[in-house]
Amino acid sequence: MNIFVCIKQVPDTEASLSVEGGRKVRESGLKWVISPYDEYALEAAIQLKEKTAGSTVTAITVGPARADGVLRTALAMGATAAVHVETDSELDHHAIAACLAAAVRSCGEPDIILAGKQAIDVDAGVLPLFLAQVMDLPAASGVIAMEVTDGLAKVEREIEGGARERIEMALPCVIGATKGLNTPRYPSLMGIMKAKKVEVKKFTPAELNVESLEPALLLESLSVPEEKAPGRVIEGEPADAVRELVRLLRDEAKVL
Amino acid sequence: MDYLLTDEQKMLRDMAAKFTANEITPVAAEMEKAGRFPHDILKKAGELGLMGITLPEEYGGGGMDSVGYMLAMEEIGKGLASLVLIMSTHISLAAGSIHKFGTDEQKQKYLPDLCSGKKVGSFSLTEAGAGSDAAGLKTRAERRGDTYLINGTKQFCTLDPDCDNVIILFALTEPELKTKGISAFIIDKSMPGWRVGKKEHKLGIRTATTSELIFEDCEVPAANLLGEENQGFKYAMIALDSGRIGIATQALAVAKASIEAATEYAKNREQFGKPIAALQAIQWMIADMNTEYDASWLLTYRAALMKDQGLRFSREAAMAKLKASETASFCADAAIQIHGGYGYTEDFPVERYYRDARITRIYEGTSEIQRLVIALNSMK
Repeated sequence: MNIFVCIKQVPDTEASLSVEGGRKVRESGLKWVISPYDEYALEAAIQLKEKTAGSTVTAITVGPARADGVLRTALAMGATAAVHVETDSELDHHAIAACLAAAVRSCGEPDIILAGKQAIDVDAGVLPLFLAQVMDLPAASGVIAMEVTDGLAKVEREIEGGARERIEMALPCVIGATKGLNTPRYPSLMGIMKAKKVEVKKFTPAELNVESLEPALLLESLSVPEEKAPGRVIEGEPADAVRELVRLLRDEAKVL
Repeated sequence: MDYLLTDEQKMLRDMAAKFTANEITPVAAEMEKAGRFPHDILKKAGELGLMGITLPEEYGGGGMDSVGYMLAMEEIGKGLASLVLIMSTHISLAAGSIHKFGTDEQKQKYLPDLCSGKKVGSFSLTEAGAGSDAAGLKTRAERRGDTYLINGTKQFCTLDPDCDNVIILFALTEPELKTKGISAFIIDKSMPGWRVGKKEHKLGIRTATTSELIFEDCEVPAANLLGEENQGFKYAMIALDSGRIGIATQALAVAKASIEAATEYAKNREQFGKPIAALQAIQWMIADMNTEYDASWLLTYRAALMKDQGLRFSREAAMAKLKASETASFCADAAIQIHGGYGYTEDFPVERYYRDARITRIYEGTSEIQRLVIALNSMK
């Protein structure tokens, strides 16, 4: 199988973020990781490769030079090839999807494309579906269980109210992975040393003919949310406390 | 200090950090309290290549450099310091000695299983009467045809009898030559005549169980002599140079864990109407802890880098071990001070760091022996 997995480099989930110049996250001193949902996609891709002899897993990312790090990690975990669409511009999701689609096509016909259902930096949650749209493929996002057999992907996706939707799609298709799909493996030391020797294929958006795309979305400004006031505990007997709570909600918060 | 590191070193460090956060930190306090040898963790570490980090890939090792080794060990030690003792003994002292001094047959026989973590390596030099002074060694190895007959009792050996042990043992082949009559042997479980004696009850690093080893007419095939006869003391000293980078790293891990715990606590603990981190008295402690740590880290990094470049590093490894171990004690002590009364309880990890820090000034050469090594090497 020709398996592709789209991954994004994001700040570590524990990093404390600040804004620089009103439009950018300050990058100095930040630790970068693979977006956690993309790790589920990557693990699913590697498991699929291990089940089907002769398969390849190509990891693709769009981002600046530093994003090479996530491709090395993907290779160390078990991806067999890597493609880096290198750009310092802030692309919107349409342009990113176009870059990814072109990068996939440059490597041949895909059997399946996986990605995280969303990246934990901007949390747009649109990429798997945009990519499917650009490539004219069926897609399911929020996938928590999947099985690929006989040219079909049978997946379960999480929907509202804790329910699950079962979908069958013909390959090739696009899958947006969510937490619970699997437990991503650690990159092994042997994998890390092997990853060092793999040559990452590099493109610019211009080389993929996607630079001329008009942005559909412009980022105007970025700000850190105001700190929430700490919660208040109302002490006393339950009956009195409830009375006090109702009074506060009516007189102070004015929500009643 | 990321700007000093290669991509592979950073990836290994990040992998070890993730492994530690998921597999070690959640169970560390409980395991350490029970003094239970970490069989499961070592098995998982072996699957990731962490049991053979610096050994060549042809034997199933990681082929990584000493700087990478130092980074991985520090991350693991931040979760549980005992593991660094076990893994550094395994990698640097046991597997490292076989790789450096062993025959091809010995390497083929032992290294793949050591790298995968199937076998666990130990190092046994110390005896009741021979601590810093190896000339007090009494354990005998007498040649009898194709075997050596070993008799004696070794002290403070880090091992668990439920492992498939491989022990680098030092014993006298020529007693009258003192340290020049010591030879090294590779002992494994197929050899009858050795057993584990009294288990020590220790102040800290309890997960790394430490015991006496008793040899009674233990027959060791001559093929298991490591290197040349009567060269054992030299081999031990060479192995310990590398071992000291491991112990310096263990000390760095304890220091760093102490700094992280104390910083976190100081930011959240309020007294006098504000977090204590806003008080200069606390800030000075945090400043000193960080400065001592960075100095120790750089000394250890230098020793590891010199080793990777094939330079002599005895003096530098001794400096790293001396400084880092004293820093660990300093930082753990300050971390308890910052925690106040809570730091003295088992509800916070700093009391464990305090106990774990103490041994790093003693084993693989006391601070006094490190100063001796530094002085002698500085006056050459």
